[in-house]
Amino acid sequence: MLDTVRKSIGRQLTLTALKSKESPSQTAGPYVHIGCVPTFAGLEGMFGGVDLGSRMINKNTRGERITITGQVVDGIGVPLKDGIVEIWQADHAGLFNCSRESRGRADPYFMGWGRQPTDRNNGSFTFETIRPGQVPYSDGRLQAPHIQFWIAARGINLGLHTRMYFGDEERANQDDPVLSLIGDEHRIQTLIAAKTPRGFQFKIHLQGDQETVFFDI
Amino acid sequence: MGVTKYNLHCQSRYIRRDRDWHPPPLAPRYLSTTYRSPRHRPVTLDSTVADITGPVFGHDKIGPNDHDLLINYAKPGKSAVGERIMVHGRLRDENGRAISGVLIEFWQANAGGRYRHIADTYKAPLDENFGGCGRTITDEDGAYMLRTVKPGPYPWPNGGNDWRPSHIHFSLFGEGFAQRLITQMYFEGDPLIELCPIVATIRDKKAIDQLISRYDPQSTVPMDIRAYRFDITLRGRCSTPFENRLEGN
Ligand SMILES: [Fe+3]
Repeated sequence: MLDTVRKSIGRQLTLTALKSKESPSQTAGPYVHIGCVPTFAGLEGMFGGVDLGSRMINKNTRGERITITGQVVDGIGVPLKDGIVEIWQADHAGLFNCSRESRGRADPYFMGWGRQPTDRNNGSFTFETIRPGQVPYSDGRLQAPHIQFWIAARGINLGLHTRMYFGDEERANQDDPVLSLIGDEHRIQTLIAAKTPRGFQFKIHLQGDQETVFFDI
Repeated sequence: MGVTKYNLHCQSRYIRRDRDWHPPPLAPRYLSTTYRSPRHRPVTLDSTVADITGPVFGHDKIGPNDHDLLINYAKPGKSAVGERIMVHGRLRDENGRAISGVLIEFWQANAGGRYRHIADTYKAPLDENFGGCGRTITDEDGAYMLRTVKPGPYPWPNGGNDWRPSHIHFSLFGEGFAQRLITQMYFEGDPLIELCPIVATIRDKKAIDQLISRYDPQSTVPMDIRAYRFDITLRGRCSTPFENRLEGN
């Protein structure tokens, strides 16, 4: 008994000694492209000349092909011309391509992660990907299909997490546990990408009347 | 189907971010935050499977010299101009657990403080043998290492006479997308740290101290390269006291 207690205390001390706060964030700055999309930054041939995350699908990838176009704008409507946007999503069946996915094995031809710089003239971005399947929320309820977004740039002190939902999934969106949590219909709409003839259009507002909902996850 | 019954156990969730430890969205002395800072508080969510999983980058994607900025952009037999340094450390989570097999990307100005980037028009010259970016994957102990030249300080337009301290930008993936982090590393003893409006977006001195690398004479290679030590911490997963396990979990 005493031994167990001693062991526990010992373990607690070790833990205390090793515990540390998360390293604080700093802005990605205006030259984030050099590190994250070097080919785009003009470093031709760097790392084989292909930026990580620039292509998400190939001919073997399963699922419905979709094109997501979007734009990031600041609080006075000025496009964010020097940022990066990353997405992370489930495959066609709702599974993530990661060893910590415990529900099954994801499509090996779909990594699920993409990264694009925002356009240096108009702040736009495009992802060619597939429509994700449904994924359960922490309480087990199914969420509407959605894609995780993460935005980093000069003037953003801590990378911003948000989600994109699909404008043609009205029924699923209605029942979505996260959208319900937000409640306010005007704010919910900031997360729903409009269906267009070309795919889906998702505009992200960093600030202002139409400020996108960001998440603390 | 099992999928609908799926539940995340507490042990799988991440400890909530301490938003007083991180810089706030709006920092008046750093003018770029003025219109790029959300005004609503972020909506708090439980971790979902999307947050505890994340992209996996295999070693096959990483070249043998990707971590070595001294030579990864240089012509054969050439090397970047500047003070030769190596930076090394461990990537751990808040519980002290090593984070292995994950991607770290880094980028920086050259020894004169100039970036190889279309938007950088600073007077200092480019170095034809220096690109300024690198990447690596942490080993089984969470350790990483990069070689480079010490970046120079540079002036930036922020309304005054502001100079960035020497710094290296770090982009970190971790194991779950919720751990995603971009930060900067500074150098011990640099007088510009205290004057920098970007450093000052962080309010707690102890938090700033976490971003300052230390000169490491033990790892310095005689007649070759000086070493700096920089350990990085990403978010850890929740667990209850006494039931925590250092491994696995
Ligand atoms: Fe910089």
